Amino acid sequence: MTSTTSVVSAPIEVLRPPVAPRRSAFTLLFGDLASAGITVATGGLLVLAAPKMLEWAIFDAVFVTDDPRACQGAGACWAFVADKLRFILFGVYPPEEQWRPLAVIGLIIAGVLMTLSPALWGRRLVLGWGLIIGAMLALMWGGFLRLAFVPTSSWGGLPVTLLLAVLSLGLGFPFAVLLALGRRSAKPVARVLSVFTIEIVRGLPLVGLLFVASILLPLLLPADWTIDKLGRTVAALTVFSAAYLAEVIRGGLQGVPAGQDEAARALGIPYWKTVWHIVLPQAIQKVIPPLTNTAIVMVKNTSLVMIVGVFDMLNAGRSAATDPAWPAPYAETYLFVAAAYFLICYGISRYSLWLERRVRERDYR
Amino acid sequence: MIETSQPPRAADMTQAEPAVRIEAVHKWYGAYHALKGVNLDIRRGERVVVCGPSGSGKSTLIRCVNRLEDHQSGHIVVNGVELTGNLRNIDAVRRDVGMVFQHFNLFPHLSVLDNCAVPLVLARRTPRAEAEATARHFLERVRIPEQAHKFPGQLSGGQQQRVAIARALCMQPKIMLFDEPTSALDPEMVKEVLDTMVALAEEGMTMIVVTHEMGFARRVADRVVFMDQGEIVESAPPEMFFANPASERTRAFLSQIVH
Repeated sequence: MTSTTSVVSAPIEVLRPPVAPRRSAFTLLFGDLASAGITVATGGLLVLAAPKMLEWAIFDAVFVTDDPRACQGAGACWAFVADKLRFILFGVYPPEEQWRPLAVIGLIIAGVLMTLSPALWGRRLVLGWGLIIGAMLALMWGGFLRLAFVPTSSWGGLPVTLLLAVLSLGLGFPFAVLLALGRRSAKPVARVLSVFTIEIVRGLPLVGLLFVASILLPLLLPADWTIDKLGRTVAALTVFSAAYLAEVIRGGLQGVPAGQDEAARALGIPYWKTVWHIVLPQAIQKVIPPLTNTAIVMVKNTSLVMIVGVFDMLNAGRSAATDPAWPAPYAETYLFVAAAYFLICYGISRYSLWLERRVRERDYR
Repeated sequence: MIETSQPPRAADMTQAEPAVRIEAVHKWYGAYHALKGVNLDIRRGERVVVCGPSGSGKSTLIRCVNRLEDHQSGHIVVNGVELTGNLRNIDAVRRDVGMVFQHFNLFPHLSVLDNCAVPLVLARRTPRAEAEATARHFLERVRIPEQAHKFPGQLSGGQQQRVAIARALCMQPKIMLFDEPTSALDPEMVKEVLDTMVALAEEGMTMIVVTHEMGFARRVADRVVFMDQGEIVESAPPEMFFANPASERTRAFLSQIVH
């Protein structure tokens, strides 16, 4: 022990890690031949394309006009998007009733906001979402309290896109959990059934599944069993998202050590409570990135319902642009719709990053 | 169908009935014969240390006592309840038996307090406030009440294992199983966990402890059981076990671990 005294009594010098030399922007861009080549090529492309792009999108663009002819021969016709905004957002929903889809969008935003904090996750949140979805459907349909009845064939635009995304992910999730558990189950019936379902659905293109739901299903069911087209579309999207989510969740389940389940069993916690309170929360924490990925893919997949004639936002935009009074402003419309999708998906992506960081901070030093 | 009468409770038992009766138990993993006709009775309040080389079946044996593993033949009776495929019996046994694992197996997504309180809520339907009070009481007893709000990942191994002990005690078990509770710990943390276990033993808890801590065995055990290749080779009070082992295999094992 005494031999260490001299070391301890010496003044302790605080060592900082050496600072890595910063590379200047110039060396980064022109440091070697390959970098310089890439810089020149991309710079050249930008110089060629940017002025035209700016000219079209801003300088020559028509922002405000009531007269479609003003867009003739001009740049981007943003006035068209402004003019057709209500149609793109709400489709052919009766214009005097469009406060209802607007309220639905508000409800979805409210639901998403209250879902953000993991502290609120639990049975009450699931219940809350049930109420929100019920309220949204009731508002869209109407037919009570002097609200005019609006059939689903008149629903359209952003609320339909959001409803499809929320319903397919929300309804798909519990099925996905069951499929994932079934696939890992020791019971052969559950396992075979889960593997079969997952593999069949994943083996089919979503478009095929949508056709099956919208064309084949009515043929197979008794004639007086009419299920709404939007309902069938939701069913197809739900099955599809369930199969993909199931595989993601299964990955998460595999990452939860067997000791967790053993500890729960030794404590006498019943199976389903173990799944819900012990295993699933950990499994899901481990697969936040691929879950986000699936959610984003599903949001964009809803645009495929166009081919079975459901009027989502993309379909509404496309039909808006066919108005012969305007000079075919497809690019503007699609850019606008693309921006809306981007905002939604980018939001999901940023949120998941935040969530991941939060989980990591809490779990490990 | 299996006759599902109410499983008998501990209160019905005569004092003579052992806490755990293990009778001619065989267990296979696939073709591997892990337990080869094990017989072991454990009296109420008895502290038994089970030791043996790795792969000797000692962990398997205690994992059979709360049915984390099932045995294929023989009988295991815990507090008068026989472990069979009957789920109600299994539940009854798990109510009476607490377990502490080598790797703690705390729930990483729950705070220390919740690790102790949530199982009470989930397994016993204890009201939340009462469960938290119980949790605090037992965290106090393992002397880490100040860590209640932290998450398991923020504690040292020794602290985690003490939380795991508190979590098991919250269920008010009559029998405690310890599966190598100090094997995954850094050396300087072994003592705090053993001290907790000694305190528990002094209160008269029935304990089956799989461990290589021979100091603990000497100090606490009423009996030391030596297993090798799926069999109980020797079972004796510690003073006899260490001073005068009957079997050559026991002697060989002791010479390897006691320095």
